[in-house]
Parts: sequence; structure tokens; C-alpha cells
Amino acid sequence: MSDAFPSSAGTVIIGAGIVGNSLAYHLAEQGREDILLLDKGPLPDPGGSTGHASNFLMPVEHSKEMTHLTRRSIEQYEDMDTFTNSGGIEVARTEERMEELRRRVQSAKAWGEPGRMLSVEEVEEMVPYVNTDLIRGGFYSPGAGTCDPLRAGEVMRARADEYTDGGLTVSPNTTVLDLHLEDGAISAVETDRGTVEADEVAIACGLWSPKIAAMAGVEIPLTPAVHQMVSVGPISFFEDYEGEISFPVVRDMDTQMYERQHGNDLEVGSYQHRPILWDVEEIPSIDEAPLSPTQPPLTDDAFEQSMHDALEMVPDLLDDPEAGVRHEIDGLLSVTPDGAPLLGPLQDVEGLWSCAAVWIKEAPAVGEAVAQWMTRGWSDIDLHGSNVNRFYEYGTSRQFVKNRADEGFQKIYGIVHPHEQWQSSRPLRTSPFYDRQDDLDARFFEAAGWERPQWYESNEDLLERYDEDLEGLRRPNEWDSRWWSPIILAEHLHMRDNVAMVGDMGFGIFDFVGADAREFLEGMAVGRIDVDVGKTVYTPILAENGGFVSDLTIARLGPDHFRLITGGAAAGSDRAWFGSHVPEDADVTMIDNSESLCTLGVWGPNAREVLESVAEEDVSHEAFPPYTARELTVGEVDAWAMRLSYVGERGWELYAPMGQGRRLWEVIEDAGADHDIRPVGMGVYGTTGRMEKGYRLHGHELELEYDPSEAGLSFHGVKDADFVGKEAYEEALETEDTATLCTLSVSDHAPEGGEPRFMLGGEPVLDDDGEVIVDEEGRESSVTSAGTGPTIGKHLLMAYLPPEYAEEGRELAVEYMGQRYPVEVEVAGSEPLFDPENDRIRS
Amino acid sequence: MRVLACLKRVPNTGARIVLTEDEQRIDASGLGFTMSPHEECAIEEAVAQVETHGGSAHLLTLGPSEADEQLRTGLAMQADEATLLETDGEEWSPRATADALADGIDRLADDEGFDLLLFGNESADAANYQVGVRVASELGYPCVTGIKDLEIEDGTAIARREVPGGEEVYELDLPAVVTVKEGLNEPRYASMRAKMQARQQDTESMEPRAETRAGGLEKVRLEAPETDDSPAEILGEGPEAVPEIVETLAEEEVV
Amino acid sequence: MILALVEHDEGTPEELSLEGVAMARELATAEGDSLEVVAVGDEADALGEALGEHGVEAVHCVAHDRLEGETYAPDAWAESVAQLADDCGATAITGPGTDRGRDVLARVGTKLDAPLATDCLGVEVADDGAYELRRNRWGGSLIEHARLEGNRKLLTAAEHEFSSEPAASAVEATVSAFEPDLEDDDLAVRVDRVEAGDEEGISLGEARVVVGGGRGVGSAADYDQLEELAELLGGTVGASRAAVNEGWRPHDDQVGQTGAKISPDIYIACGISGAVQHMVGCKGADSLLAINTDPEAAIIQKADWAVIGDLHEVVPALNDALREAD
Repeated sequence: MSDAFPSSAGTVIIGAGIVGNSLAYHLAEQGREDILLLDKGPLPDPGGSTGHASNFLMPVEHSKEMTHLTRRSIEQYEDMDTFTNSGGIEVARTEERMEELRRRVQSAKAWGEPGRMLSVEEVEEMVPYVNTDLIRGGFYSPGAGTCDPLRAGEVMRARADEYTDGGLTVSPNTTVLDLHLEDGAISAVETDRGTVEADEVAIACGLWSPKIAAMAGVEIPLTPAVHQMVSVGPISFFEDYEGEISFPVVRDMDTQMYERQHGNDLEVGSYQHRPILWDVEEIPSIDEAPLSPTQPPLTDDAFEQSMHDALEMVPDLLDDPEAGVRHEIDGLLSVTPDGAPLLGPLQDVEGLWSCAAVWIKEAPAVGEAVAQWMTRGWSDIDLHGSNVNRFYEYGTSRQFVKNRADEGFQKIYGIVHPHEQWQSSRPLRTSPFYDRQDDLDARFFEAAGWERPQWYESNEDLLERYDEDLEGLRRPNEWDSRWWSPIILAEHLHMRDNVAMVGDMGFGIFDFVGADAREFLEGMAVGRIDVDVGKTVYTPILAENGGFVSDLTIARLGPDHFRLITGGAAAGSDRAWFGSHVPEDADVTMIDNSESLCTLGVWGPNAREVLESVAEEDVSHEAFPPYTARELTVGEVDAWAMRLSYVGERGWELYAPMGQGRRLWEVIEDAGADHDIRPVGMGVYGTTGRMEKGYRLHGHELELEYDPSEAGLSFHGVKDADFVGKEAYEEALETEDTATLCTLSVSDHAPEGGEPRFMLGGEPVLDDDGEVIVDEEGRESSVTSAGTGPTIGKHLLMAYLPPEYAEEGRELAVEYMGQRYPVEVEVAGSEPLFDPENDRIRS
Repeated sequence: MRVLACLKRVPNTGARIVLTEDEQRIDASGLGFTMSPHEECAIEEAVAQVETHGGSAHLLTLGPSEADEQLRTGLAMQADEATLLETDGEEWSPRATADALADGIDRLADDEGFDLLLFGNESADAANYQVGVRVASELGYPCVTGIKDLEIEDGTAIARREVPGGEEVYELDLPAVVTVKEGLNEPRYASMRAKMQARQQDTESMEPRAETRAGGLEKVRLEAPETDDSPAEILGEGPEAVPEIVETLAEEEVV
Repeated sequence: MILALVEHDEGTPEELSLEGVAMARELATAEGDSLEVVAVGDEADALGEALGEHGVEAVHCVAHDRLEGETYAPDAWAESVAQLADDCGATAITGPGTDRGRDVLARVGTKLDAPLATDCLGVEVADDGAYELRRNRWGGSLIEHARLEGNRKLLTAAEHEFSSEPAASAVEATVSAFEPDLEDDDLAVRVDRVEAGDEEGISLGEARVVVGGGRGVGSAADYDQLEELAELLGGTVGASRAAVNEGWRPHDDQVGQTGAKISPDIYIACGISGAVQHMVGCKGADSLLAINTDPEAAIIQKADWAVIGDLHEVVPALNDALREAD
């Protein structure tokens, strides 16, 4: 290991907390040989969040991505001999929380992590100092434990040095002054110890990351926020126990607190206090801070209720006459607009990476995954939920970050419904349809900042009309029906019977123009891109491992002009993916039209009648065949239309300049009046219509872990041209699938009587013994999407199943809120349940 | 016995102190506030003496409304009552401070007065070494300074001050003013329950009063001196460095 | 006239008092005034010879029956100084940078209703007669620039900021006795007795040498080596929070934010990473020697000297060497 400051390095990692150390270790493991790891603070504790974390790891979360990252991190801490397996208990004070803990068990099973419910007596046995009068039970995570991230950092640096054969330079006490760019790429890092040229730079400096990113003119949207923590001791009860921790970590979920043994002390941490957000500029330097930059003094008044609650939960320990509060801090950590990390390439500067807002519990695995991403383009654990580009161009402002961090703070230990909507900084992105939709009492959900109606209260009258069809599909349970309305089902039926308008979907719309555009896109997509002008291609986009990066539609507008349309949530990361793959000298220009064009879908048996009454051009089946696109003048509006449907209906997606969008809405609404055209929400577009058609959704069914063959998206075959992931894709087609994406239906919503329940997604799929099904590659079967199919008359689920289960008619079960429900495989593969021949689309 | 301990809210500084642009005060944004360790010992002593002899422990400070935070720190250490002489946050000269405290003590004395008044030997920030002495003079009480050991027996304070080779022992009749140094005792860590109760306790706020006096000590500005950030001299690696260590220790006159 | 309070050991002035005289001399020179000294205690009249070299023109020896045999009676001292100042028209009174110097001057301040500036680093006389001075704040972390105004100005010198060397030109100092009026009240506060310190055990706060051990020590038993080193150097052992949390040392030994603050002549930090929480506890140390395996450890950056190596090898070898040297 060298300590002389170099003039150049292959990779510069800024930040030597647990994240930077992990990144250095894994980049070295992946073959990077020339790494500079620097930090403005000293080692081993440079003064960031790593130095004051409570250091416990509770692996079970409702996010598969985060659970897998934590589980992998525990393996790494164990491997470095820096993990103590204490187990962890989440206790419930309320019945609502007991339900939530049952959902924890469900998530544990789904993601392959042990976990079970505990009775009050069992909690008492494991943690005798907990006041069990307060609780109704608990959730036990036997895999949980504590780690020593500072020691782990030392081990990681040593390993990085070994892998690089001395190619690691560690430079603490080094302040970054500027980032230098050349032709849009990172070229050097300027520090107070000199300037180092670099091929790639990773920003891994926690809550200081936005400040460093700004030096390159890019944004990492996070804010420092306070997590209050105190340490109370010496506690005589712990004196009989050796070592750091002999009892499970206790999370008192309802008060958003934790209590954990640390030697003879009890650490009491809280997330219940009011959000206390800091401006990064206000954080003192390591020299100025009395304790550490990220350990400002406890804000006493904010901690008052927490003290009350802790004293109530563990009075025997905290009232130990010898014990006092020996240490108390407002620990600063990074909070992002949605709580997830910020990982991946910062797309406006080539070679600049973000590895920020990472907690101790996931840091080793995040370092590994980002190192894989940097060196080979994909990671073993899919990081789509953490992709830094998900906030690109809408969610990076300081105000937005503050508002969301403020709102999200109490969700850290809160009970968060899977469809829960953010309330702050809204509306942010609106289409020209917004005011009209608002008049119609639309219930807006947000996606990538876009306001999208989920359903319209103005369609309530349809409930009456479809009353009989909805029999058995209404959701009596409050949790199941939260953020949901039966109006969605009625809207769906109306569309199937008649005609509906859907929009705007908040798509990412990218035009690729230039002599090399075709060749470039050909090299990116599974589907053949060299189609006739006016054709559209729906295609998977793969990583080199054959797993899904995205799925999207590409339309050819001209010989050298293509339009790529992708889901709003994936727009930022897809943009980064395509942008980063454009060869240096290629004649390809990417034009982002996402904020320029609005989209209005017109679908249903009567869609053609509506459209032909206002379109200047011929929209007959022959003149405007399915899966084609063309310019279309609709009323006064110069639009562009694609004939396709994500809901399985006859119809078009109309694209118009935002400025003419309102007129487009009015023209279609007026033209459809005779057919009782209804605006319907994304509930139909994204769930009910899609599920009946078996359409896959990125981030749910489509992930890096699964390939097109398993997902039933191999209809393109193998084209001649090379494309990213081709080799793995070919292999996937040749080998037998270890899992097949299936559509299942719920056979009985109340097998034990009582209230019928409706799954929402994320549930484990169980075999006949009640065990979660695991395929040969170790992947658990879980519900990737759940939604009611009103036309089919069933509640539908999608799940990957191993071949022995992927048979139509096979009966299985899913676990939901502690209860097993019988389900049946309806379709193995991608054949739609509704209109399997696609007659509606093709007529 | 009624015991009073005085304290002063000061910024909690690190290794490097940054001043505000006008050089009038420490830029405390992001730092937080505390009190001198001497004053923590004064509070501990007040509480401990009351625990031994009965009575009540009172806290008094002159400072901005935020100094309530330091009073509550003292209340959490089991002091009984706390009073703030509330200022607008501007620094008061040592004489004005002593005036205000003496006046405040008079007003708090009720009929009983205080038996023992404890001060830190000097404040953490201004370190003028005189407020306790001046308050004693104004109240007409005897005063000893720099005390690191204190016993109260039958109305007499037996106070010890460290001097080279031993201790000077003073015996004073109460009421008396004693200014103390860290090491007097080991201030307790407040229990969580006491901290919580201290948050709910009432503190009293009073208008400070001070005489106008001719002349005085007036701060013009502050200056942060340059610090030496030179890296360590590496004496060597492993046991081979021992001769260099011994030499260095000899140079430093440790051996 | 500038009057300087001098402490002495039976007629030999203390070094810090000479520094205080140096400050007073600067003022006397600047104001074109005379420099005189006041001293209390046995054989103060012997000071004349020594102080003449320091530019002192007159030495006033406080003499009073009530002060016979008294070690220290601060109010009586202060009363004497105040009366002398009144008698001989002192415009400024200085004191040494000692506990007694500050104690007496503070009391003089109450008696004369005069302001006092302690811990002064330098003083200049402004055109309007005010003193423009620099003084220590925050234990020397900050310097205050201040103005001292009034008919009587009181100051004490900071330690080791003024020279204790003789003045450029010596003068003949007259020596005279001054008998103050003292009352019972002036002797209400007095040193009743002096007790010799007990030799056993040196507290962390007072130790001149502290040997600190951190996580790198590895076990409670391994502290034996550190104990031995401390003993050889006449010091005591401290520990980091990490070591205390491991149960290797009692909490009393903890140095740092949540433990003791130490101010030894030298702090020898063994196997301590140098976490900020620890460093704030030992920033009072005059010098710091770090023994650590990691050359990039924070402690190395803060140390004056460092040895890169395993304390389990370095410390026993050092102990051997020190024992041999004995």
C-alpha cells in the first residue's frame, strides 16, 4: 500500500468510510489495479456517518433489493470476522403493527431470509428486560446482528492492496477541491495534496456527496438528516455477559426506536423525532467539530418523547441507579427523496459514479455490486431501485430533496403501504391534461414526478353499471383497498366494452437521430431494429449477463431517426444506459422529448370510430395496421400515433406537443361523447389491463436476475446482429429454463372464512409443504405483480416458478399477512388470459 | 442547606475554532453548546452536598434564553431549581456579570439566603478568573478560589487547593463563595429519567440588573491564532525505534 | 506608578513573577512612569537586589503582625496591595500568571472597583491612556484583543509570554516596609494548614505522563506492559472508550469526550486510533507520542512523534531500555 500522493490513478474513490473501502476492495477484486482511495478525514474514522452508526443489521425488509444487499453484506462482515450474530426482534405495541410484522414474515420468506413471529412470552425469554406489558408480540430475525465497520474498512483496504498487488494508494486527510472534466468526461481530481488524473471517479462520501458532485456540475439528491442516539451505562445487568452483544437488538417499531446492548451500555436510537435536516454547508469540518462532523449535539427537546418511550419499554435497564447517559448525539446520515441509496453512473459526466446514501447494513454488498457495475456493466444484485438516475431532471432540487426527506423520515420505521403515495412537492410534473383530469376528480398517483390519474372519482357511476361483474372482486379489507378503488375495475370493464382514454403516462421519450442511429440501437436491443420506416418494435434491453436492463418500444420514424419510448420510472436510468453506450465517434444524437411530448391512449372496441371522426388521415385497419406508427392530424392537433396497446385493446397512443395536448384531450373527449368515452386511470393501464394480457413490467417481472427466456419474451429469436447480452441470451434460449414466469389466480380469498383478502404483490409462493419455492439457481418464487382481472373475473398474480410447478392447473399457495391462500397456475408463459389471439389488437 | 451553583453557556468547540466574520464571537453554527467542566463539577458538588446535608441545589446563569439548555443539563444532574438572568446574547464584562449575578442571588435568596455559592474557577470562554470573587465581595461573603476538594462540616467549609507538593487547606464559615476546578469530583452522567424530568421542569427567567461603572475591560475583537499542523516525526518502526524514543523522552525531560 | 505584585520564596522572586514584572516594566516605559513592586511574606526585603536588575525602582514589603506566620491570606494580601496603591498613586497593578496572582488581583479589583484583565499576552498604551491588550481565551485557543480603561487598571500576565530575564539597564531598588490597616475580616480567609500530598496513585488529570491504551492493546492483561511503562516514567495509565467498552479498563481510566481530560507533559498513545472523541480528552497534553501499526491512523496526524509498530513489541522493548537506563 502506497501513501505517496500519485499524479494519476485508474480509479479515484472519494470517501473512505465503509462504502469507499468496500468499493476499493471489490474494484480490486474485479481487476482494477490502480486505485486511489482518499478522504478529507483521518483513518480509520474519517468523521462521516460510518463512525457513529449503531452498527446493527436487520436483514428483512419489504424491498427484495435491500434485503438481498443486507444479507450479502452480513456474509461479507462475517467473512472479515467483523460480525456478531445477535438476532433481532421487532416488537409490536398495536394490532396494526402485528399485521405489519406478519407482512415482515411474508417478506422474509419471499426473499429467502429466516424470520418468524414471536409470542409475548418468547420475546420475554429472549430479551428479559423488555416491558412485555406493552407489547402484543414480535418478529424475530435470527440472521440479524452487529458489525464493526471501522475494522471492516481496515480489512477491506488490506484486501484491496493484496488484490492490486500494492496498487492501492490510501490518502487520508486529503481534501477534494475540484473535479476536472474534459469533453464531458471526468479527467482529474484536484486536492490539497495535488491533482490526480483519473479514468474514473466514484463519489462515496456520504452526506458530502452532493457537494463533490456539484464540482462536476451534476447532482446527487440527498440531504443530511439527524438520527438521534444516546448511550446509557454502565448497566449492571450486562456485566454478567461478555462481549459486545449477548441479546437480540430490539426495535420498538411503533415508537420508531431501537434499544441494543453495546458492552455494558444500552444504545437507544430514535427515528420518531421531528425531521431535523441539515444543509451540508453547515456541517463543521473535522477540526471544528467537538466530537465529529456528523455527531452534532443532541437536540434535547426533540428527544423528549423518545426518552419517555424508551423508559417505558426497558425501564429495568435505564433506571439502573449506576447508569447515566454517557453519550448523546444527533447522528447525521444521508436521506434521499425515497429512502433508497443513490448508485450508478452520473450520466452527464462520463466516468463519474455515485455510491452515496448507503447505510452500514448494506454497504459491503453495495460496494461489491457497484464495483461489478463499473467493471462489467451489471451487478449480481439488481440495483434498479437504487439507481441514482431515477431522479434525473426532476427530483434533484434542494427543495424537493428536503420536502421528501422531511416526509419520508417517519417512514423509516413506519408502516408503509406498498402503494403509498408521497404528498410533498406535488404536483411537480404535469401534462397538459392535468387541469381537466383534476376537474374530473382524478386520484393522482405520482411516477418519476409525473402526476398520473390512478382512477377518476367521476367514473363512480360505472360501479352501478358493472355491479354484478364486480361481485367477489371488491376488497372489504382496509389494507387491501388502501390506495385503490373498485372504480378501477369498472373503468376497465367500460374500456373493454366501449372506449377509454388514458394519459399521460409520463413516458421517457428519446429520439435517436444520425447516420449511426440504426446500428447503435441494433447493438442495444434484442429485437431487430432495422425494420421499415413506420414500424414499431417492442424489445427487451439486456445487460451482458442476459438479464433485463429494461423493456421498451422503439419506433422507426425515418431511415436515420428512431424514437424510443420507455416507462417513466425507468426513464432516467434508461437514458443513462443508452447514453453511456453511444460509441465515441458515432453519428448518433439523443434528443430527450419526455418533457416535449404528451401521450394520450385511445383504446377499446370503439376506439377507431372515435379517432376516425377527428383524424385527417385514414385510420382503418388496412391503412394503419397494428404495430405501426405515423403522423396523424387529430382535429387541429399535429400528432404522431402508434397503433399498439398495453391493455390489449384496439387503439392508438397519440403523441402531441405539450402545447397542443389540452386541445388533443378536448378533441378526443368531444369525439367520444357519443360512445360515452371515459378517461380511465393508470390502475387500468398499469395493472388490470396489463395483468389480463400477461404483459411484463420492468422492476417487477423484469430484472437482471431473469432472462428473456424465463420471462417468456424470447419471441424475437436470435437476430444476426450483435447486441449487448447476445451471448448470454443465446445461451438462455438453448438451455432449459430454471424458472418460467407464470400468471396465477387466487382460488379462494377466504379459505378459513372471514374477510376475503387480496394480495398486493411481494408474497412468497409456497409448495405443498408450505415452504417457499426455490428454483435451482436459488431464486425464491414470489409474486412479482398482483392485480385483479375484472374481465377474467379473478385476482391475478405473476410469479416465476421452477419447471415442476410451472404447469397450467397446478395448485399452489401464497402467504399473505400470515395466512395461506390457494392459488392456481393459469398460464405458464406469456400467453394472455384475455384475448389470447390478440384479436382486439389485430382488428 | 441551600447551595447555589453558577454556570455559563459556551460553544462546544473542536480542535479548530472558527470566528464569525466580524470577529466578535465563535461561529457556533453546527457546533452546539456546553459549559465549562469546572462548572459541571460545581453543579455536581452542589447536588452532592445537598444529598449529604439536605436542603436544595439551585442553578443560576446569565445568558441568552438558549442557556435554558445548560440549566436543564444541571437539573438533570438532580439540581432542584434553575434561574436564568436573560440577556440578548451580547457578552457582558466580568464586572457587569458579577453585578447581575450578585443582584440575582439577592433576589433568589428569599429569607434564607444561600449557605454555599459555587462557581467555576474561570469560564471556558472568556476565562476572566474574577466573577466569583467579585460576587463574593458584593455579597460580603468570604471566598476561596481554585478549589479541588470540599467538605462541609457544621457550618464550616473545609476547602483544599492544590499547590506544588501538597494542598492548602482553608476553613471558612458559611455562607461562603467557593470557585472550583475540574477534579473536585466526578460529575455524574444524568440518568435518562432525570433528563426527561428535567425537560418538564420549570425554569425561572429574570431580568438582569447591573450598575453602570466607569472604565472597564472591553472586548475589541477575537483572533484565532495559527495552529501547527505539521505531521508527526516518525521515530522509527517497531522495537528498533526504542533508542529514539528514549532519546526523545530524555529531551522532553520525562526521563 | 506601575505596581507589580511579586511572589517569592524567602526573598527569591518566582519566575512567573519576574514575567509579570516584565509586563509592568513595558507599561512603565511606555507611560514614562516608575516601576515598583509589592511583596508579602518573610524576607521580602531581600528582593531589592534581585529586582533592581529588572528595572524595579522600589520594593514595598507588606509588614503586619496579623500576617506573621500566615502562608496565604488572599483578602489581607489584596487589602494591603489596594491600600499601597492608594497611598502611592499606582495607575496600574500587575500580577503574575499564577493562581495567587489572579486571586489577589481579582480581590484588589473589588476593593478598588477596578477592572482586571487576566492572562495578558501583550499590552500597549493607547493615545487616550487606555491599554490595548491581547489576552488568552479558551485556554489559549483564541486571543482576545481588548481595551482596558479606568483610573486603575489591573492585569495579570499569561504564563511564559514575557521574559524573566533582567532588564537592559539595572537600577537601584529602594526597599521599604508598608504596614497596611488590616481587620479581622481581612483574615477570615486564610490558609489554615498545608498538607503534603499522598504519594500513591497519580490521577489522570494531574499526571505529567499518561500512557494510553486503545483497542490495539487487545486484552485487559496486555495493559500490564503499559502499567509498567507508566510506572517507569512516573505516570499513570489511561484508556480509550473502545478499550473501556471492551471491559479491559474501568471507566475511571477513560480519556476523552466522555471520560477524563488530561494535560500531561507527554501523552504516549498506544494502539489508539485517534478518534476525535478521544482526542478532545488529550488535547491538553503538551506533546504526544503515538505507537501504532497503521501509519495512516488519525493519531499519527495529531502526534508530535510516532513509532510505526506493534505496541506489544515496542512497549516491552522500551520498558527494558528504561529499566537498564535506571
